[in-house]
This record gives sequence, structure tokens and C-alpha cells, in this order.
Amino acid sequence: MNNNFVLQGATDSTGSTVDVVIESGVLVGKPSAGVDHEVIDCSGLRVLPGFVDLHTHLREPGFEQSETVASGSTAAAAGGFTAIHAMANTFPVADTAGVVEQVARLGHDAGLVHVQPIGAVTIGLKGEQLAELGAMAQSKARVRIFSDDGNCVHDPSLMRRALEYVKAFDGVIAQHAQEPRLTVNAQMNEGALSAKLGLAGWPGVAEEAIIARDLMLTELTNSRLHICHVSTAGSVELIRQAKRRGVKVSAEVTPHHLLLTEDLAGSYDPIYKVNPPLRKQSDVEALRIGLTDGTIDVIATDHAPHPKESKDTDWASAAFGMVGLESAYAIAQQVLIDSGESDFERLAEVLSTNGALISGLSEQGRYLEVGSKANLTLVDPKLAIQMELKTHSMSENNPYAGLSFKGGVVHTIYDGQFSYRNRNIIDRSAR
Amino acid sequence: MRHLLSANDLSHADAVAMLDLAEDMAEVNEREVKKLPTLRGKTVVNLFFEDSTRTRISFELAAKRLSADVINFAAKGSSISKGESLKDTAQTLEAMGADAIVLRHSSSGSAFRLAHTDWVESSIINAGDGSHEHPTQALLDAMTIRQSLSQDVRGRDLRGVRVLIVGDISHSRVARSNLILLSTLGAEVHVCGPATLAPGSLVDQQRVHYLLNQALRDVQPHVVMMLRVQQERMSASFFPTEREYSRIWGLNKSRLAALDEKTLVLHPGPMNRGLEIDATSADSKSSRVLNQVRNGVSVRMAVLYSLLSGEKN
Repeated sequence: MNNNFVLQGATDSTGSTVDVVIESGVLVGKPSAGVDHEVIDCSGLRVLPGFVDLHTHLREPGFEQSETVASGSTAAAAGGFTAIHAMANTFPVADTAGVVEQVARLGHDAGLVHVQPIGAVTIGLKGEQLAELGAMAQSKARVRIFSDDGNCVHDPSLMRRALEYVKAFDGVIAQHAQEPRLTVNAQMNEGALSAKLGLAGWPGVAEEAIIARDLMLTELTNSRLHICHVSTAGSVELIRQAKRRGVKVSAEVTPHHLLLTEDLAGSYDPIYKVNPPLRKQSDVEALRIGLTDGTIDVIATDHAPHPKESKDTDWASAAFGMVGLESAYAIAQQVLIDSGESDFERLAEVLSTNGALISGLSEQGRYLEVGSKANLTLVDPKLAIQMELKTHSMSENNPYAGLSFKGGVVHTIYDGQFSYRNRNIIDRSAR
Repeated sequence: MRHLLSANDLSHADAVAMLDLAEDMAEVNEREVKKLPTLRGKTVVNLFFEDSTRTRISFELAAKRLSADVINFAAKGSSISKGESLKDTAQTLEAMGADAIVLRHSSSGSAFRLAHTDWVESSIINAGDGSHEHPTQALLDAMTIRQSLSQDVRGRDLRGVRVLIVGDISHSRVARSNLILLSTLGAEVHVCGPATLAPGSLVDQQRVHYLLNQALRDVQPHVVMMLRVQQERMSASFFPTEREYSRIWGLNKSRLAALDEKTLVLHPGPMNRGLEIDATSADSKSSRVLNQVRNGVSVRMAVLYSLLSGEKN
């Protein structure tokens, strides 16, 4: 496959027009003589570093009715991602070198995006005993981020040990902050609306109390903490204060928490059921401020595919989660650019560079650096997008179906070659 | 009106009209031949995912008095216990020709979902969805209260009536529906119970009382509605022991004696005699528990008639 291109006339994140030259999949300063380049007209398109998602549920092994590594990779490439991080709540759980190596291999075989496995913190996600974090770190999957996501590492003693233990291989613990005793059978945000609807509430304090504790443990152990899907104003403020003190914490926010509120639960339609739940408008605003002022480091999709039977039912029986890989960019553009609140430089940080740094992926997030492997995304900020129920994901639990957005991914270049070109997937599976 | 899902579905005029219609139905229930031919040929399905004998029988009687055919579908020992979903069960019943589905389910919002998805076309009546609502219960409570106000009640609402609901408000669908409907009808509704079971934002703070003796003194209610206490609340530390609950929030002989003799005592049933209500209170002249049961059939006849008869009343 040809991997000598000139992406002509693109606009970079600062607003300057650039011609991006790629030869043998690597960025070069200018076209070399004697090399046959395919020239691609990119006028009107923004070139950005390939997006990095720190929080993706690929469901394989074990839940292939919802998604596979291959189908998830396809959705990712269509969403402009060149790297995704596969959460460990598969079946079997990704708590051994064997499982994480399998997930990495499946990603490699699909060839569309870098699939970086996340390892479980505890065996079986049970929260009782540490998993073999060292084995996973030293495996071919090179795991650096560990998370029991889906579950909270609620035992403070275990969380302390996990934070200390990963220092040996520069690991980071990514916490799903949810005090289980305060959220027994919780269905939606706790408040006036949950009382009216008769749905058990998930109070913000259940998230904030864990975050407060973990920030202090991180300070004590001098380790690194990452907080998944921050959802409340209170959480944002805790993180802000901790960063001022120099605590080594990073935080992510999902696109749906930047856009949607709990009011949608009034229809009892479980397409809006998610964990942590959609909150109030004041929380949405605090999250947006946190995203622009540096308190929150990345947008992470928490792409959570579910089969139809898990959502086509009553609220309490329905599964938690929404797909999000293919709607993330449009929402990021709406929240950061179209709102006038920020710019493409910040967008590039939160969708790509910061994620690459947190995860230690040296080939990701490198923006137009000569000599780097090409991992780039080209978007058309003016493209009118009509969100459909059916996307590249196997699942259709998409809360944005039927809504119109502005801004879409046109090309995705992964590891030096197109994975998504003119809004079509390129087959790069290893044979 | 196609469905009855929530007490919010009834405006002031709708509620008064429904209660008047229920009075007409009550007259049918006093006759020797307790039958109206109105719903002949219609099929009503009682789809009960939760145990309930009283409500189910009440709906069954109501449908039969209107000459409808009735099918009872109970969760235990049925396809539901084998894992069949709400959607499949409802669609199977409709395929067999149900015109109305009376649904009781443990999940809040299930009746709303059944009514608003494209799974079935039948009319849906909410007979209790999780801790959300139980609109026909509120209607029969309103009817019972209204009957105590005067001889000729038709056209009347509940303006000027003070009601005190006592117990686990936060988990009670009976409380939620009553709070809505009684207020729609103009009553002043207060609540009383342990702070752990308080209604949060559902009730104005001035109408929330934590101690029963004080509440009875301060509110001087015309109606005291006692809610059933559930065992699981004790194990989840909402209150320490049954004895303490009964001591502070139970309706007993001495509290009953302190009430005005015209005060009504209501209870949705089934009663935990000795816990939230003692035998003396349950069997006293003030107790309207049996009137509630009687009115339950009349009110459910009125609802079925409104939804299925296709006639304007």
C-alpha cells in the first residue's frame, strides 16, 4: 500500500495552512526527490494529532454480541481515533498477561487503530486481591494503565497498595469513583427528579468522597492517579485544588457528560441510562470550565456498547452505557470551538496529546513532528452530520440518533496509512 | 384518555369527573345484579409481575362487573419466572387480543415504557410501578375522603381538607400518587415519618414533620393515612427496630383517642397490625379501610369504563 502522501492545504491547530508530507508512513519536512507522492487536497480541513481514547469498552473476549475488538476498532477509526484503551471488564477479565496479550493481538490483526489494553487492578474486578500488575506491565501488551472500571476500588487499603505497587513500572491507577455503599441499586442522579420519577438515586457525594480519599492517598504514596468519567461540579473542584497542590492526578470527562443532563431520564428511556449518571446543567457547566482551564485533561468516550435486548426494556432492568466513539469529535467541536470557549490547540490536547502522555504511548499525540510516525486526523468543521442509530459499532445504544451536529472526521491516518479515507473505512486487517 | 399511568394524567376536572363516575359505579355495586354490559367483548389482562392479591382481585372484579373478559397473569410459575421479558409477555398477551393491560411491576416507569414504546397498542393502566406511582389507589383514597365530607358529593373536590400521610414516603408509590392527586383536588397534604424516609423535594419543607405526636397536634388533620412499613427498610438502617418505629410513628390507642372523632383513618393495606397501626385503630369507628376496598372496585370500574368504553361520559 502506498504510504507517501502530501496532505495539501490543511489548516493546523494554530490556524496556519500546512502541507503535511508523509513518506513511508513517517512525517518529513518536505517532499523527497524521486518519491512518488499522492497529493490529497485537504483545503478546508483541520489536521490534528490522531485522537487517543483512554476509555473504551471493546467487550472482547466474552461479550462479542455487543462489540468485538475489530468492530470497535472500525468505530474508532471512523471517529478519528488512532489509539484506544480497552477496559478490562471483559470475560475473562483482563487481569493476566494472557488476556491482555490476546486483546492486543486482536487489535493488531484488525490493524485500524492502536489497541492498548488496560489491566484490571484486582483479580476478577472483585476488589479483594491485586492482579498480577507486574506481569501485565511486562507482557507484550505493555500495560501502564490499570483500572477496575465498572467497579470501584473501594477498599482504601487496597487502593493504597495499588498506587504504591505501580510505581515500579511507571503505572497509573484509573479509578471508577463510586462508593458502593452509597449507590446500592442506584439508577440515576439523586435529586428532585429522581424523587419524582421513583428511581433510586446516585448521589454526587458517592463520587466525590472516593476522589477526595484517592487524591490524599496519591499524595501519600507519591504515585499517579487518573480519574475516569468525572461527572460532578464537586469532583472538578476537588481535582482543581489537588492539582494546585502538585498532586499527580489526571482526569477525564465523557462527551455525554459535557452535553446531556438528567432531564432526559424523564422519558424512562434507558438509552439515557449510564454510569455515572447524567447530572444537572450546573454540573455540565462546571465540567466544561474544567475542560478549558486544565483541571480536566482529556475527553474519553467510555464507549459502552450493549445489545438491543439490554436496552429495549424498562429502566431498572436495562444496562448502563452509551456508544460514543463516532460522536466524540462533533461534541468536542461544539463544546470547545463553536461555543467560543476554547480553540483547536486545546481540542488537540484533550482529544490526543494529553491522553498519549498519560498512557506513555510514544508514537501517539506527536503533532506534525518531523520523524514521527504519522498518526493524524483530518476533520471538516463545517460538515453537517446527521447522527444515525446505525454506526460502525455493532451496537445501537446511541443517545444522539436523529440529532444534527456540525463537524466530522474525513480522514484518519494510523501508523502511517489511511484507516479511514473520505469517510470510508479502509480494510487493513492482517491476513 | 388512552392510558392511566400517573396521577398527573388527571386534571382537576378529570379527577372530579372520575370520582363522580365512580359514585355511579358504586351504585351498580349496591344492586342485586351487579353488572353493566358496557365492556362486553373487551378483554382486560391483569399483568402482575409483583405479588398482589387485593389489587388484582379488585381489578378483576371491576372488569367483570363491566362484563369484560379477564385474564390474570401472575409472575410466579409463569414464563416470566423463566426469564421472559416485559416486552415479550406484553406482546404475547396483545397478540391474543388484550384491549387493556393492567400492569403491576417492580420497576419504576415500566407502565410509562409499555405505553410509549411501540411494543403494544393496548390501553395501559398502572397498578403500581416500583416506588413511582399507583394512581387508582390515590383515586380510591380521594373517593373515600370525599364521601366523608357530605351526603351529596358529586361535583365536589377536596378543598379545605387536611391530610397527614405517615410512614415511608420516599419509597411509597401510594404516597407519591396521593401527594399529586389530593393536591390537584385542593387538599392540604402533610407527611410524617423518620427523616431517613423523608420525601426530599416532593413536599414543601413546611409540610414535612418528623414526629407523629407533634404532627397530629400541629396539623390537626381531617384524614390520617398510615403507610405500610417494609422489613427491608429496617435492614438497610432506615430505622433501628420495629419497636422504635411503632413507638414514635405508629397509630395506637392513645394517639387515636387524641384525634377528633370525625378524623378518618386510612390504610392502603395490607396492614402490619402492631407495627404502623394497632388493632384498636384498625378496627375503630374512625377506620375507613373497608370503605377503601369497596371504593377500589368502583374507582377501577370508572377507570376501565373511561379508557375502554369509547363513550363520552
